[in-house]
Amino acid sequence: MDRRDFLKHLGWVISSGGILGGLSADAWAKMLNKTYDTTKHYYGMGIDIDKCIGCGRCMQACKTENAVPAVPYYFRTWVERYVIKTDRTVSVNTLNSDEPGDVLVEKDVLRSFFVPKLCNQCDHPPCVQVCPVGATFKTDDGVILVDSKRCIGCRYCIQACPYGARYLNPETRVADKCTFCYHRLVKGLLPVCVEVCPKQARVFGDMKSIASPLGRFTRMNKIHVLKPSLNTDPKVYYANLDGEVN
Amino acid sequence: MEAAQNFMELSKQVVGFIYPNEIDIQWSILIVVYPYITGLVAGAFILASLVKVFNVKELQPTYRLAMLTALAFMLIAPLPLQLHLGRPERSYEMFMTPNLTSAMAMFGFVYLWYLMLVLLLEIYFEYRRDMIVWSSESTGPKKWALKLLSLFSTDISEKAVAFDKKTVKIITIIGIPSAFLLHGYVGFIFGSIKANPWWSSVMMPVVFLFSAIVSGIAMVMLLYMIIIPLRDGKIDMKCLDRVASFLFYAVIVDFSIEVLDFIHRLYESEESIKILSQLVETKLFMSLVVLQILLGMLLPLGIMVVIKVFRLQEEVRKLLYFVCGLLIQLGIFSTRWNVVIGGQLFSKSFRGLTTYKMELMGIEGFLVALALLIIPFVILSILIKLLPPWKKGELAGS
Repeated sequence: MDRRDFLKHLGWVISSGGILGGLSADAWAKMLNKTYDTTKHYYGMGIDIDKCIGCGRCMQACKTENAVPAVPYYFRTWVERYVIKTDRTVSVNTLNSDEPGDVLVEKDVLRSFFVPKLCNQCDHPPCVQVCPVGATFKTDDGVILVDSKRCIGCRYCIQACPYGARYLNPETRVADKCTFCYHRLVKGLLPVCVEVCPKQARVFGDMKSIASPLGRFTRMNKIHVLKPSLNTDPKVYYANLDGEVN
Repeated sequence: MEAAQNFMELSKQVVGFIYPNEIDIQWSILIVVYPYITGLVAGAFILASLVKVFNVKELQPTYRLAMLTALAFMLIAPLPLQLHLGRPERSYEMFMTPNLTSAMAMFGFVYLWYLMLVLLLEIYFEYRRDMIVWSSESTGPKKWALKLLSLFSTDISEKAVAFDKKTVKIITIIGIPSAFLLHGYVGFIFGSIKANPWWSSVMMPVVFLFSAIVSGIAMVMLLYMIIIPLRDGKIDMKCLDRVASFLFYAVIVDFSIEVLDFIHRLYESEESIKILSQLVETKLFMSLVVLQILLGMLLPLGIMVVIKVFRLQEEVRKLLYFVCGLLIQLGIFSTRWNVVIGGQLFSKSFRGLTTYKMELMGIEGFLVALALLIIPFVILSILIKLLPPWKKGELAGS
């Protein structure tokens, strides 16, 4: 929205303030929605490994916000715990999965950290390429979505995703994955995992805006993405990522 | 509570670390059955084409049987796919809004092309004259079924029959690349998945193709050896020896390509090599090393070498050919299993292995898969009844 548009809207809002006062939050969202222009944004996420404390709030919030089945194995976002021991062996487990992690003595641990994972919203998404019916698609603002009314549940996209970010929803029998909380984005809100993170380990932003938090994040950190050799061009950027992570 | 219990059970079978969403095996036994069936179609057709295009006269007794076998399996080929879909009622979307960058979206078109333009057309022209003759000789529903199948044509003049023959040859010539397309394409579906190092290989369509030829030829050979005695006929040994000979060469080519693929992977030793080695040594040891390679490939190869080197008696040869045919079917089915299921048993994090537990009942279970493998034989028996592949004189061995 440019300044002119903004002023126009503002004038309209003020002049019809009384009526608007009576409108519900939902109607507000609908009105804002009309002004949302997909071509003016391009979203990405930054994750600072050194800031994540493994509290798992993002996982819980995501499940609630997006009605992800309440089982400990389907996730739109999850956090992995990496422990690299002094003998260079690596042990990994998913947080919150009822799976007991290794009990370790401190002197045996070389380094340890948490890695939040989610759909990488690839710029060259293999899932979109393989979907036989075009149910998985990339929006103008760079988010990969699944049209749950068209998906036939063939699961080719799940096979094609190198990051394990997709699952077949047992209730709808169609493919499901992180949408960057697209329903929130169009209302000008942040993805819920970003909003609840107490350490701001997750940074969300518009890559078209140099001033966005993501712009700053990618300026201030050395950045790495997951599995770069596969040429998927992820739009989830990691700072301080360990080479052991894949 | 149940979910947590389910999870505990599943996670017990996981070795190392897998991404949480990988707890499910996405493509089940039905997707093993699918390439096995299309492989038989393509292989049987290639055997038939040896007669029509390459003029291998000795194989003539297997020609019509091979075509009918291909058709019987082709009719069932889409079923495992349809049954496996999460939303089968939407499968028509594949035709309505196909995504042109998707290999899978081409399935319907490749399938229809092959079924309509190759198999049905060729069988029609091959049988047209006979169908007219048979319908005039029979009565009741059979008469009308044959009339309908011959599309009510009545011309059995020499000119018309000559046209049929020429058309069959042209269709076969188009059919060979189509058969390659049909099964090579199935290989491409797997081979083009860069996320999966077990699948991602340029060799995949080629391996699929040659294993298809092997399984198709072996299946027709087995059927020929079973059906002829059942119809009080005499097995044409010249034909059988020649079929086995082609089978032998096909197995050698197939084996060489697979060994090449194996050596290449081992020598390149990429990032995934550790987890793939672990996969082969543990979860796939039985189905890959024992069933696919030792029993399904090396043993039949050895037997066929023995047959070729020592001039064995007819009865012994028949027995050994039969054993070879069975072993090869077992081997190729294992090949499909190892590709489809094997490719999903390791985590894309390359840090762990999971397990596939086949259900017995269920729509994606063992019994449905078994039924899908039996139905083509039922269809084939009906087809043979309606369109006999051999005339009486041929059965007697003249």
